[in-house]
Amino acid sequence: MSVPAFAELLERLVFTPGRNAKLALLRDWFAAQPDPERGIGLAALTGELVFTAAKPALIRDMVASRTDPVLLTLSHDYVGDFAETVALIWPERAGTNAPAPTIAEVVEALELTPKAELPGLIAGWLDRLDASSRLALIKLITGGLRVGVSGRLARLALAEWAGKPVEEIEEVWHGVAPPYLPLFRWLEGCAERPDPRDAPVFRPLMLAHPLEDADVTALDPTAWRAEWKWDGIRVQLTAGPGGRRLWSRGGEDVSGAFPEIIAAMEFHAVLDGELLVMRDGVVAPFADLQQRLNRKSVTAKMQQDYPVGVRLYDLLFEGTEDLRPLPFDARRARLEQWVGRVAPARLDLSPQIAFASVAQLSGIRDGARAASIEGLMLKRADSPYVAGRQKGLWWKWKRDPLSIDAVLMYAQRGHGKRSSFYSDYTFGLWRPDGAGGEELVPVGKAYSGYTDAELAWLDRWIRNHTTGRFGPVREVEKALVLEVIFDAAQRSSRHKSGVALRFPRIARIRTDKPASEADRLENLTSFIEARDSRASPAR
Amino acid sequence: MIPHPETWLRVTPQGLHCLPADLWIDPPRPVPRAVITHGHADHARPGHAAVLATPETLAIMRARMGEAAAGGSQQALPPGERLDLGGVTLWLAPAGHVLGSAQVVLEWRGARAVVSGDYKRQPDPTCRGFEPVPCDVFVTEATFALPVFRHPPPAHEVAKLLRSLALFPERTHVIGAYALGKAQRLIALLRAAGWQAPVYLHGALLPLCRLYQEFGIELGELRPATIADKAALRGAIVLAPPSAIADRWARRLEDPVVCMASGWMRVRQRAKQGGVELPLVISDHADWDDLNRTIDEVGAPEVWVTHGRDDALVHALAQRGIRGRALHLVGLGEDDEAVHAA
Repeated sequence: MSVPAFAELLERLVFTPGRNAKLALLRDWFAAQPDPERGIGLAALTGELVFTAAKPALIRDMVASRTDPVLLTLSHDYVGDFAETVALIWPERAGTNAPAPTIAEVVEALELTPKAELPGLIAGWLDRLDASSRLALIKLITGGLRVGVSGRLARLALAEWAGKPVEEIEEVWHGVAPPYLPLFRWLEGCAERPDPRDAPVFRPLMLAHPLEDADVTALDPTAWRAEWKWDGIRVQLTAGPGGRRLWSRGGEDVSGAFPEIIAAMEFHAVLDGELLVMRDGVVAPFADLQQRLNRKSVTAKMQQDYPVGVRLYDLLFEGTEDLRPLPFDARRARLEQWVGRVAPARLDLSPQIAFASVAQLSGIRDGARAASIEGLMLKRADSPYVAGRQKGLWWKWKRDPLSIDAVLMYAQRGHGKRSSFYSDYTFGLWRPDGAGGEELVPVGKAYSGYTDAELAWLDRWIRNHTTGRFGPVREVEKALVLEVIFDAAQRSSRHKSGVALRFPRIARIRTDKPASEADRLENLTSFIEARDSRASPAR
Repeated sequence: MIPHPETWLRVTPQGLHCLPADLWIDPPRPVPRAVITHGHADHARPGHAAVLATPETLAIMRARMGEAAAGGSQQALPPGERLDLGGVTLWLAPAGHVLGSAQVVLEWRGARAVVSGDYKRQPDPTCRGFEPVPCDVFVTEATFALPVFRHPPPAHEVAKLLRSLALFPERTHVIGAYALGKAQRLIALLRAAGWQAPVYLHGALLPLCRLYQEFGIELGELRPATIADKAALRGAIVLAPPSAIADRWARRLEDPVVCMASGWMRVRQRAKQGGVELPLVISDHADWDDLNRTIDEVGAPEVWVTHGRDDALVHALAQRGIRGRALHLVGLGEDDEAVHAA
């Protein structure tokens, strides 16, 4: 198969909002495509395939020499995206009915062709393809697919297609390279699972269930261990003779964004911890860490302004020894010894919290007001380290959320199953307008927390109280109060209100409350101040 | 000396007016005498005293607006049949846009102007194909007059739809399609591709489909979607007006694949705005290549552009030594493809 088949997959993925439908599209791709096409396509989707030879400027020059400049400008203004404009406007030539290239041909030719011959090569391909395929080709070779397929989703689709647990794929994924021939041979039952040997691979993380009130009383304090749940991002550190990697929770390689962590990984081990911005041992709010996320590389200034470290939770491998089957207490002892002996830079131990009763622990949880703490983690003393979310081994016990009564200002339609509902809500709080009156200022956006019945009610209310429309967004009468809960409030220079909320969601519709009695912005800023004043958590 | 058509064919607030015949073409407001190119609401408006159109267009107007509003007196003029009106020879030529669509040919004192209405050049099993008429002034639409609009073969798009039905056999595929023209063409394309199952229709699409069938166009078995239960619609194709596909009407469908059949689907952002999961690039308007080809075929030294992207088209015409003129007619271009970004 060839570029047109890949183009159709891309186009469907771009427009498909539903996760299950995306999985179905990917399964179909693995089942229908031959090697090496399916593996190259997979690598392209998950960003593992990077070309550097063809720059966007090259494409720009090629199209400029083939089109009228006025028409090109008018077209670009209309379409918006330049690659798409080129794909659509590319003049089709009669008589070019040579077969479309395969992705494998494209990849190979891009590697072997001298730079001077690239324009001719690419133009030749574009002449042989239709508009959708031209777009896929241009996006592929200039590295901008962006189809919303994470590596995690792709591996899940592989697992579903092959009927294997996704954890088994995760453990070898980073040890195989495109086009993943040994991986596909194993998944099709024709070979053993590939052995990653020394290659740094991701080990699926152990996750926790939320603790319900009913579970709390049943906890035996002697059988459980408690630690803080830090508000950063969960990471896995893998270092050894085969290399060093920093993995995100979903198994994405985020090493490039945190070179100072990689530099500090002078050891042979696999560790589980929380990546945090830390200044002199004090954890900064999540908003600071956000500055460092989703970057391929990072400047020296960013490293200086937002210094990162990892607070360690667990030790999975020491050298080549797999500690995951050991009970938690034993791993913890090994972790403490390891930290004491290795004393790694930028890494420290997440402290354990001693408690004699559940009531005492509950008091400790309520007392922790630092914005950097989400709540508590409870781990059974004898729990092995197992992939995924196994019930009864680890619990997360989040702090009670904060709450405000805000006024609904704008609503936007959702996606997928919610595409006919106004399901995304921008809400605001009152503040002085500078002219002696009051105005609403937007403070956040929520698209969860409500029941199906509440969603239907809100949708109807919004349609009946619309005062303006801006594309998919409706402005509504400032008359409906929503109780919004959230995990933390943080200062933000990027928001008009100066405040950013952590995970806001709708708790209740307050039809009983007039909009004029909704909260004021200062009610919200007081939450920031309260949490700032105790920046370091109670120990 | 032969009078230039701009001396006898003029833009007035009531639309394009032919002075010697004293009639208006597709007028946006009620006039004493109108020629209607086709039945879309932006071209065929109610309340004219006398209406001249193809028999199919008159039938469509009566079905949409009722006998009285379709015209005080109605004169059916089959394509090719000539009339003399105040010294003007008038006839209609097929435009290939929708059932009954026609170009208006006007000859006066040795000069010929052709008003195309909306048209396309792709084959369409539900209406007669466009016939180019050589002329001195060609009055054209320009809905898709940007070189980024080149419609793929419709069979290619229908094949994409059928592959999606095979991949998601449990999901209903709901397709946004305009009630006049697009819906019937899509059904005919599906039948040609071998889709035998009943096609389910939103209530707004039924009357015109029935009318097409009365004119002898085979559409196969059609059923109202409104009374079908969810289970019957699994794996089925449902057609609905574009305004209904992503709105409350579609909630009766379980986990639908929202599709849209329109030339605008060529541009990703347009498809994304409409919440479309499967865009189908099927248009009843000429694309960029066909607009330019048609203008070359009719050989007119002067082209007037009624509505759409006149800037790009006039620029391209100037490159070939053809005088282009934007008429900026109000009220046109408000049919499906122009209004619904989707």
